[in-house]
Amino acid sequence: MIMSVYVQQDLFDLQSITQQLKKLHNSGASVTFEGYVRDFDLGDDKLEMLELEHYPGMTEKALLNIESLAMNRWHLDDVYIVHRYGKLKVGEPIVGIVVFAKHRKEAFDACHFIIDFLKTDAPFWKKEITNHQSYWVDAKKIDDGKWN
Amino acid sequence: MKIKLFYFAKVREMVGIDQEEVDVESDIKTLAELIAFLKLRGSQWQAIFDMSSSFRMAINQELAEASCKINANDEVAFFPPITGG
Repeated sequence: MIMSVYVQQDLFDLQSITQQLKKLHNSGASVTFEGYVRDFDLGDDKLEMLELEHYPGMTEKALLNIESLAMNRWHLDDVYIVHRYGKLKVGEPIVGIVVFAKHRKEAFDACHFIIDFLKTDAPFWKKEITNHQSYWVDAKKIDDGKWN
Repeated sequence: MKIKLFYFAKVREMVGIDQEEVDVESDIKTLAELIAFLKLRGSQWQAIFDMSSSFRMAINQELAEASCKINANDEVAFFPPITGG
């Protein structure tokens, strides 16, 4: 059982990470989630860049905690989380999650659980920079209790 | 009693600093009491802390509630609701 979290400015390649990790395990399934910077266009207000701020130290702790919660809840072979910060362009990946397990249901459920928890517990904040202005993204209302 | 304070994202921009060390009286025992102390600094500080939906808190890098106890040399952080992922 391996856990790993990476918080970085650089791009990542989830496909090659998955291929590397696959060699380490005799898993029956892997589920990956990759989140991207989504383009939007409100009239002449066009997204140019996303800037992600985080809380160094707490971020890594929070991500490791989320991995532990998932590991305790499902029987998993491996969990890998990578999250970027800094300036990100439209279409670039922001977050990547790979979960390996013996069976698909565990891998699916754990991956879903991890991205949901990450969105409420990992201290990242998005600022959208358009060709006219910049503003902090408001947090969406989360349906608490889903994973209780 | 010395406490390290960190501010992030919109909260950081509103207060105008990213971190500081404060020396507070030892009768400040909880995050709620620390917030009351910071609100005395002026309207920007009040604007943030008057709306519970506008900020979250952490003590020593773990999410915390207003009722949580604080101790000397703790690291306390204030930031907006999280928008990562």
